[in-house]
Amino acid sequence: MSAVAHYVGEFARRRDTLPGAGNAWVDALRGDAIRAFEADGFPSSRAEDWRYTRLGALERKGFRLAEPGAAVDPDALDPLCLPLEAAWRAVFVDGRLAPALSHLPSGGDLRVTPLADALADGDASLGTRLTPGERRPPSAFTRLNTAFMGDGAVVRVEPGHTVERPLHLLFVTASADAGAASHPRLVVEVGAGASLTVLESYAGVGAGGYLTNALTRIVLADGAALEHVKLQSETDDAYHIASVDVRQSASSRYVHRVFQLGARLGRTEYDVALEGEGAQCTLDGLFLVAGRQHSDLRLRIEHESPECRSEQLFKGILDGHSRGVFDGRVRVHPDAQKSDARQTNHNLLLSRDAEVDTKPQLEIYADDVKCSHGATVGQLDDNMLFYLRARGIDGDTARALLTYGFARDVVDRITDDAVRNWVADALFARLPDAKHLRSLVE
Amino acid sequence: MLSIRNLHATVDGKAILRGLDLEVGAGEVHAIMGPNGSGKSTLAHILAGRDGYEVTAGDVELDGKDLLALSADERAREGVFLAFQYPVEIPGVNNTYFLKAAVNAIRTHRGLPELDAMDFMKLVKEKLAVLHMSDALLKRAVNVGFSGGEKKRNEIFQMALLEPRLAILDETDSGLDIDALKDVAEGVNRLRGPDRAMIVVTHYQRLLDYIVPDRVHVLSGGRIVKSGDRDLALRLEEEGYHWVRDQAAAPA
Repeated sequence: MSAVAHYVGEFARRRDTLPGAGNAWVDALRGDAIRAFEADGFPSSRAEDWRYTRLGALERKGFRLAEPGAAVDPDALDPLCLPLEAAWRAVFVDGRLAPALSHLPSGGDLRVTPLADALADGDASLGTRLTPGERRPPSAFTRLNTAFMGDGAVVRVEPGHTVERPLHLLFVTASADAGAASHPRLVVEVGAGASLTVLESYAGVGAGGYLTNALTRIVLADGAALEHVKLQSETDDAYHIASVDVRQSASSRYVHRVFQLGARLGRTEYDVALEGEGAQCTLDGLFLVAGRQHSDLRLRIEHESPECRSEQLFKGILDGHSRGVFDGRVRVHPDAQKSDARQTNHNLLLSRDAEVDTKPQLEIYADDVKCSHGATVGQLDDNMLFYLRARGIDGDTARALLTYGFARDVVDRITDDAVRNWVADALFARLPDAKHLRSLVE
Repeated sequence: MLSIRNLHATVDGKAILRGLDLEVGAGEVHAIMGPNGSGKSTLAHILAGRDGYEVTAGDVELDGKDLLALSADERAREGVFLAFQYPVEIPGVNNTYFLKAAVNAIRTHRGLPELDAMDFMKLVKEKLAVLHMSDALLKRAVNVGFSGGEKKRNEIFQMALLEPRLAILDETDSGLDIDALKDVAEGVNRLRGPDRAMIVVTHYQRLLDYIVPDRVHVLSGGRIVKSGDRDLALRLEEEGYHWVRDQAAAPA
């Protein structure tokens, strides 16, 4: 059976049990998505967006929608969670909200509605809020997410409210089925002048080898502010495909940090539209791969109005036979005068067998703009290594210190203390020879 | 304590050291002077164990141990310290983490317990005061954004923390104003002691007004061509290196 036929068959088998089934608008949304997927299939390796990231292995796996009910040991979740006193918490197990493991506000400035409830109760207007705009055709993975979406969250902050406590959304795959898939969908709407910090994290505690196919849609009203941190720390044999779509109204501010540390194949793509005048976005990211891991980060940032500002700092650390891809495209539209766009991408190769493809792109159609971009690929510096070793620090620790030093400015930029410390710990757990480091930086 | 015999070394096939002999006893400070390109810095780097030099003959022993058989970090743990002419900037690596890693690596090697955070900071503050350094430097990345003088002070500060057996100061005076030079010399002089040997590599005799050496050697063409007491340095200042080179070239 072809990969496409497999998912079409899966859909036919499962559609009646998905949340919201029987709601006409939900059925229509799903039906359109699976038909479009059936017609177009997975992207061809000749498609420019997929030139460096091959999907053959993913397609051959034939993932099945995870069955609900996998047991999770709460102790195993502890290290995966921000401390309860530091954050609101929503835990999703195999794509479904686990209320017993979650701790969410009841009423107030911040509303978190489980997507399954919204699909069952909501009307067609919710469909529009769930769906990214039509700037470009949905990808095969977006279509699969729409067809199979079961749960996730609709997060909303009312206008004018500042939510002090970060919201942590943890998506954990616990299934004993090594071919399990989940398709979480997250909608974050921040009202005019409101602000929020969201941490979105992904991990696996089950059989591994699973697929997470996530879709996050963010809408910021005039003057809204969102700090959004994503930590992808899936098991090393998992597949993680994600797409983040951000719409920004005038003077809104979106700050994003992504840490892509896990998965056999990890890819996150961003579509950020600076729609309103004076909107600002900062996207920073770090990927860390080893062995046969493959990491792909792609940005499409659209300056559509005047006086908008975008800034990106992306770093990659590659060891073993790993591969990394960075593709950052910033487009300044003809009316977007006084745009300010800066992009930097630095990559550190720790092994001769690792490989990175970096492609910063600036497309400028306005004349009064400030834009810059640059990319580097290098190795650990011999002079720095000698300096550290000349002080008695052994080679492994010296390399670990320098590697952490390369990565840490991306971590240090996280504003919220609890989130920053927690992400730093996750990074230490993955860095080569980090055991030498923990005691030093505590 | 340090014994260098007939040391020959090449860089990229080019001979830099050609039969260098030097004995430095415990408690002694030896100055090595010489014209540019005479091999002074090469000697300092070879002693510290930098890659890229090939020792083609000779041997180097510290307290009877074969130094050349050890890696750079092993030598440092055995007590060799190089104060760099050009201290390296290391973005992202916090000075405190770095110093703690170095101090504890060396303490562990000496069979001493690692210092906890409090004892470590106490030690650090005590040594900083000697060099008139602000503890704000501790929060910054290693040497990043340090002025030339701060970098050199930082080298001597590290030396004070690590308490080496053999300290090698590579052109520590270059680029220092007079105040920094005095602070640095004061830091070095406090570390003089019966258990420690020092090699001060310098082009100018100015530093030796403040760090008075027991012996002065002139390195030229990869060998020590003349040795004497500190008057030799004063004479070099007056007459220049030509005087020694001419003498060395002349038949005995």
